[in-house]
Amino acid sequence: MTAMTATTDAPTEYQPGDRVRVRVDNPGGHFRTPAYIQGQTGQVAALCGVFANPESLAYGGPGQPRQPLYRVEFDQAQVWPEYRGPASDKILVDIYQHWLEPAASPGE
Amino acid sequence: MTNPSNHAENHQDDGHGHDHPGMLADAELSYYARRARAMESLLVEKEICTPGEIQAMVERIDARSPADGARVVARAWADPQYQARLLSTPEAALAELGYTLPETTPKLAVVENTAEVHHLVVCTLCSCYPRNLLGRPPDWYKSLAYRSRAVVDPRGVLREFGLDLPDSVAVRVLDSTADLRYLVLPRRPAGTEGLTEAELAELVTRDSMIGVTEARTPERAGV
Repeated sequence: MTAMTATTDAPTEYQPGDRVRVRVDNPGGHFRTPAYIQGQTGQVAALCGVFANPESLAYGGPGQPRQPLYRVEFDQAQVWPEYRGPASDKILVDIYQHWLEPAASPGE
Repeated sequence: MTNPSNHAENHQDDGHGHDHPGMLADAELSYYARRARAMESLLVEKEICTPGEIQAMVERIDARSPADGARVVARAWADPQYQARLLSTPEAALAELGYTLPETTPKLAVVENTAEVHHLVVCTLCSCYPRNLLGRPPDWYKSLAYRSRAVVDPRGVLREFGLDLPDSVAVRVLDSTADLRYLVLPRRPAGTEGLTEAELAELVTRDSMIGVTEARTPERAGV
């Protein structure tokens, strides 16, 4: 294994409970934000840790700065207009911070 | 990669000084098997890892099976304090039972199914799965049908696996797209108070730890 050089972490910008929107993007190459969740607004459920950026790692890069990874919770009924199930059903997706932007709370 | 056989063929005749065990029958392998062999060969030649390291990881995963996960779940059912540790610090809790996850592998997270919430795990991007505890995923877990339908219509998928959940139970689908791998802690079935930990483990199926089913009842498991 190649030794990793200096590690830098992007500062954590969100807390559990924050409303966030997933950016819509297609940076080309490898990325791990599924298309179906891009553009959706959800709520941060947890900070999972800070990890090397896979978009860089996939091509032999250092993955720096490392990105906070959040488990973000979305209402299924909002993600899929034809969703068959109660309003309490959720989909949770792990999303790196650089794919998120702040979103207004409902009603704001 | 318009001609995927090029790499494999180029690396067979090479005379670069050492054998690649298992690579001689490449002509009979599928496209994906040949591609995997070619990548393995490149990783070794570029000195990113050694054949021994690749072999050790393959053996490590092949040595694991759902029985390992079942043992962990049964311990959690039998010992509420262990369950609390498993949910809050899963890797330390696994280490207590002798399952030490390598530093280089993705982190494990454990989610608890209850009377109110049912978790279901999928990886829509590929086939991420807690291999270091459960071994290789089942083929259906990697299928496009499961990977798409589990997010769009999880309740329909659950019904096909024999689980018809009332609307009072919230279904939470976990798409493990990144650096975490999810293990579902299924609900302990009713009427299992008198069972030993080994008997409890018999109730814990692979599918219940993915969240597409519940654990088996003692009657169904024949315990």
